[in-house]
Amino acid sequence: MGLLNLNGITKSFGAIHALNGVDLSIDPGEAVGLMGDNGAGKSTLMKIIAGNFKPTSGEIRIEDKSVEFHKPIDARHAGIEIVYQDLALCDNLTAAANVFLGREAKKRIGPFSWLDHGAMYKRAGELFSELKSETRPRDLVRQMSGGQRQAVAIARTRLSDPKLVLMDEPTAAISVRQVAEVLALIKRLKDTGHAVILVSHRMPDVFDVCDRVAVLRRGTKVADKHIKETSPEEVTGLITGAIEAA
Amino acid sequence: MTEELTDQKQRRHPGRGPVDTLNEMDHAAIDESITSRQEVSGFGSMIRTQPFWVFLAILAIGIVMTFVSDAFMTERNMFNITRNFAFFGIMALGMSAVICTAGIDLSVGSLLGLCAITLGLTMQAGWGIEVGFVVCMLTAAAVGAINGVLIAYLKMAPFVVTLGMLAMARSIAMVISNNKMIYEFGPDMELFEWIGGESMLGVPNVVWVLILMTAGFWWVWRYSTWGRWVIAIGGNAQAAKLSGIPVERMIVSVYMVCSMCTGLAAFMFIGYTGSATNGMGVTYELNVIAASVIGGANLMGGVVYALGAPIGAALVELIRNSLLLAGIPALWQQFFVGLFLILAVLLEQIRSRGRS
Repeated sequence: MGLLNLNGITKSFGAIHALNGVDLSIDPGEAVGLMGDNGAGKSTLMKIIAGNFKPTSGEIRIEDKSVEFHKPIDARHAGIEIVYQDLALCDNLTAAANVFLGREAKKRIGPFSWLDHGAMYKRAGELFSELKSETRPRDLVRQMSGGQRQAVAIARTRLSDPKLVLMDEPTAAISVRQVAEVLALIKRLKDTGHAVILVSHRMPDVFDVCDRVAVLRRGTKVADKHIKETSPEEVTGLITGAIEAA
Repeated sequence: MTEELTDQKQRRHPGRGPVDTLNEMDHAAIDESITSRQEVSGFGSMIRTQPFWVFLAILAIGIVMTFVSDAFMTERNMFNITRNFAFFGIMALGMSAVICTAGIDLSVGSLLGLCAITLGLTMQAGWGIEVGFVVCMLTAAAVGAINGVLIAYLKMAPFVVTLGMLAMARSIAMVISNNKMIYEFGPDMELFEWIGGESMLGVPNVVWVLILMTAGFWWVWRYSTWGRWVIAIGGNAQAAKLSGIPVERMIVSVYMVCSMCTGLAAFMFIGYTGSATNGMGVTYELNVIAASVIGGANLMGGVVYALGAPIGAALVELIRNSLLLAGIPALWQQFFVGLFLILAVLLEQIRSRGRS
């Protein structure tokens, strides 16, 4: 039994069918690459898993329990953390403040509570070193490189020890060197038993870190294969439609 | 298949840690080591803030003025300056919170007038000072809540909403006061006028209030979740929302806080002047916004200093006072307030350009 099971997910916007009965399952510690051309339904599927949209029909099961998400925070409570493409960071806050945003650590005496900066810096520092990133908790995000910003966004997902991390194009807008850094972060997530869904346009990234690749074309899943049983050429063919299905 | 990428091969951090040798420094890494400066603490971080530089400007003007006018460094004049700017400082503390969310509140001047009238009418009718205070603060809270709901939930532009409120609040003040001045404040009149107009330990009461409020806001910005969330919303409201912060409710609370600071200033101000008219606070919004911005609040949002509000207000009042003592016609006052406002924003621009 998988960690996350999507059964027959359909999403329609009026007459437009963005997704037609997509099934997808993922096991703990597994990384699945979700690929497809623009408009294939990747983002729609992501947003359904993240709780931004409700599916028109179909079922989401987490650890064999049926769940319904009304807003993104519901997905977080169910153990799904999302790294958004634009990273959703506050530039004017420190790395630690961003990691803890919305769930700050507090000290408490009676009815009074206040932010526990020391604990947050310490925990954020631990998360960064677990990720083997040299991002410093007290640095302002404004001053960070693309790779460091990714580390902050990924460290944030680990705060609650989620079951599944959803990453939307994490390597789209950063330098080649930083891409390698981000891929190393993803491997570290896998090593610690987290499931990862990686939405990406970049074939080498998917083949580097993912165990499986699922290909969407015009709202339908046309392939779901182990990385070892396929090739970049085949996946390209599946994405463009040169190969019907596999 | 691409080759297996190992961690050691991929991660190069020249000049930062023992991970690797330094001979492979590429451009991205150089960029990174330059841009990843650490947030400095203590004195180093203090001199990077706008309030620090404005404080230096205040000292400089003060030193010049001691030579220009003998009357400047007298106890009487210092007392007057601090008391006069305290009213604006209290309002600017709230305004800084609004500006931190990338908003603006143009209605504070009119709200001061409206609070003056509701407070005045309540106490004139024979109610005690506690009731007067509650009515004053409820008036402010209600106006702030209306501003906040329109801005947060109906997504209207803060400029337009509060401009509308500027006109409406003033008009309501005129209507309910029947355009009459109030100078009779019932049984607690003596206490009321003592609170607003007198002093303790040689310091005006309103300055004590400003000191306490500044300390309170300093704590809020540094240690409270509310403060942290307001700053986060100013930095990236979308990110704050995705992190589960109730952005709309927070925005409403920010406008209510701003209005209630004005309500408190009104309570002190009426006690000080000893009369309430519906024309009170006309154009005050300009001075309050100027004080906040001079004190380092950035209209783009995400930046706030508790000390900025009193320091900004102090500079505005100091300009006014200095011109007066230097014998320059009062007609020049607004010119210099405006000039310093523009200079402050220019300073902020230059400093942030130096940083990036």
